[in-house]
Amino acid sequence: MTAAQTSTRPQRSGGKELFVAQQLTKTFGRGRRTVDAVKAVDFTVVEGDITTIVGESGSGKSTLARMVLGLLPITSGTLTFEGRDVTHLRGAARRAYWRDVQAVFQDPFAAFNQFFTVRRLLERSLRLLGDARDGRQRMEEALAHVGFAAADVLDRYPHELSGGQRQRVMIARALMMRPKVLVADEATSMLDASLRVNVLNVLTDLRDELDMTILFITHDIGQACYIADRVMVLEHGVLVEQGPAEDVIFRPQQEYTQRLLADVPKLHQLPDPGPAGSAAVAST
Amino acid sequence: MTRLLDARNLRAAYRTQDGRLVRAVDDVSVHVDEGEVLGVAGESGCGKSTLGAILSLNVRSPLQVESGTLDIEGKRQDFGASAKIPRTWRGSVVSLLPQGAMNSISPTMRVRDLCFDVVRAHDRRARRSDALDRVRDRIADLGLPPRVLDAYPHQLSGGMKQRVVTVISTLLNPRLLIADEPTSALDVSSQRALIEMLKEMLEQKIMAGVIFVTHDLPVLRTVSDRIAVMYAGKIVEVADAGDLVDRPRHPYSAALLSSVLVPEPRYRTMRVKGIPGAPPNLLDPPPGCRFHPRCGLAMPQCHTDEPPTDGTELRYSACHWSAQHPGESVPVEAATRDELDGGEPLDRAGEPVALAGDGTGVGR
Ligand SMILES: Nc1ncnc2c1ncn2[C@@H]1O[C@H](COP(=O)(O)OP(=O)(O)OP(=O)(O)O)[C@@H](O)[C@H]1O
Ligand SMILES: Nc1ncnc2c1ncn2[C@@H]1O[C@H](COP(=O)(O)OP(=O)(O)OP(=O)(O)O)[C@@H](O)[C@H]1O
Ligand code: SF4
Ligand SMILES: [Mg+2]
Ligand SMILES: [Mg+2]
Repeated sequence: MTAAQTSTRPQRSGGKELFVAQQLTKTFGRGRRTVDAVKAVDFTVVEGDITTIVGESGSGKSTLARMVLGLLPITSGTLTFEGRDVTHLRGAARRAYWRDVQAVFQDPFAAFNQFFTVRRLLERSLRLLGDARDGRQRMEEALAHVGFAAADVLDRYPHELSGGQRQRVMIARALMMRPKVLVADEATSMLDASLRVNVLNVLTDLRDELDMTILFITHDIGQACYIADRVMVLEHGVLVEQGPAEDVIFRPQQEYTQRLLADVPKLHQLPDPGPAGSAAVAST
Repeated sequence: MTRLLDARNLRAAYRTQDGRLVRAVDDVSVHVDEGEVLGVAGESGCGKSTLGAILSLNVRSPLQVESGTLDIEGKRQDFGASAKIPRTWRGSVVSLLPQGAMNSISPTMRVRDLCFDVVRAHDRRARRSDALDRVRDRIADLGLPPRVLDAYPHQLSGGMKQRVVTVISTLLNPRLLIADEPTSALDVSSQRALIEMLKEMLEQKIMAGVIFVTHDLPVLRTVSDRIAVMYAGKIVEVADAGDLVDRPRHPYSAALLSSVLVPEPRYRTMRVKGIPGAPPNLLDPPPGCRFHPRCGLAMPQCHTDEPPTDGTELRYSACHWSAQHPGESVPVEAATRDELDGGEPLDRAGEPVALAGDGTGVGR
């Protein structure tokens, strides 16, 4: 069946601080048209954690992610990565940073050139980093992490892959760089429920097996609940609440967080019994 | 009750470059009554968007309707290449909000100009101020700030763009709206605002019906009156929304439900596995019941015999198990199995190919 108990979830945190953001701010536009998308946000991301950013549409989640990725100039505040200031990276320093910090975005369909095979897509990214030497090996390794045998997918075209398969290829592409951090912005929101848990399981395995640090952006509290170690809650650009997932999701302090949770559509009208009834089977 | 849309025995296929047929809609019958929201659910690649394209008469090569009939407001529709659809029919009688439309809005136009263009294409004499008043109202209904009107698409967040395309698709007050995954980028309160707007439009009879396509069952439960579950080109179960979610009769519906993640403490510690394997390649679907390779309740006849339909037009399940257990709901934990026949690891790329999202009619 589909549910299995893992008796203990390894208690996380205590790792070193990978990112430290202080008063991180992004303002778009000038004058009357100004949009304060992210307002003086302070947070730390601990190595080996899955940190989830939740909040309503337009609350600044993607903007925050793009600042962390160095894809968007930071208006004010500072961001450090492994103790180094990465607030205003450019050129070679920024490219070096991207070896450590990789991204997977929402649309697994848009990111593909439909005339390229998976092999060509992956080779291209390797080349962009000027790193084709052990390319073949890295490719196989990365595909294995997302549950693919290289021979089975390398020569396929995007239209020959399902949405979930494509998203796993995108994760593999990011993993090829052997990054320390993976930033996933709504990477699972276009997938159906079954593919979605598949990809979420890949992410938790990466954390557990490779000690990968993951910044996971989602509008869906159900997904945050399933994978997050820590949760950050954004409201109109302000970080209103953050902490261990259990606290934020089951004992929210802020009214906004409480409302986000209360709004979740109930699948069943009646309270559910135990863990998926008697469905649980042992899993490894 | 007046029947708004009535589709019978639709069969449609994509012709591949080497001339083979991918039958993405296979003997599908559905109807929508006036005032009703019909939900369509199913995994990626099961034919939901293809069905939406057919019902909105957006059938373009390589997709072809092979057989079946479609009546909209009592009028028989013609699918042929020569079918003459009045210019004003699309968008005002039936409006399709295609999947992924949020990613294909013209990047060079402001939202206000995009909206006015849609209205003017339909009615040359439309006044700009009238059109924009309507846009402003709907934008407010969906919880978007007024500045969205003056914004270019790149200045909007993902969920804002998704709501803008919904506004555009309802601007002409269509009789029937077919919305394909309109909430995938939306948080729950934005989802709710969108659902409330659609329901309000139905109540005020601005629209007469909605077909809501999504793989998100919790959303469908809130928005729709009835849900049709599709698997591999066929509708396998139809029921009232609450009934389908609480008492699914088809093992596939039960399996879909078991993959849904909700914020409850038990989800912190359990590993949800999803449905093993993937939907079949529709070039060559499995014989018998198409779900049998993945079904935890499969019996010998499932491998060979097309399942019978048990129930009525409003509540049925096409399944051998359902036929043997009339009126019973599937025990959710029994619906899926741990691995496919042959004990192959399920997550390998050897899984049957499901080509997702290519038939959505969205320009990319
Ligand atoms: N390039 C831009 N120019 C002007 N405003 C922008 C730009 N990009 C984003 N914004 C604004 O910043 C705010 C935050 O947007 P962001 O994309 O970060 O939201 P989000 O939390 O990711 O939302 P969603 O869940 O809908 O994706 C929004 O109000 C948006 O309109
Ligand atoms: N142009 C095409 N040529 C060949 N096959 C196609 C084409 N477009 C779609 N298909 C196939 O038709 C089937 C149904 O696709 P469709 O897009 O309708 O699925 P869907 O249920 O909407 O999936 P999703 O949830 O991913 O949007 C899929 O198996 C797909 O591979
Ligand atoms: S019991 Fe048989 S007919 Fe019913 S879904 Fe399973 S395989 Fe198909
Ligand atoms: Mg976003
Ligand atoms: Mg679709």
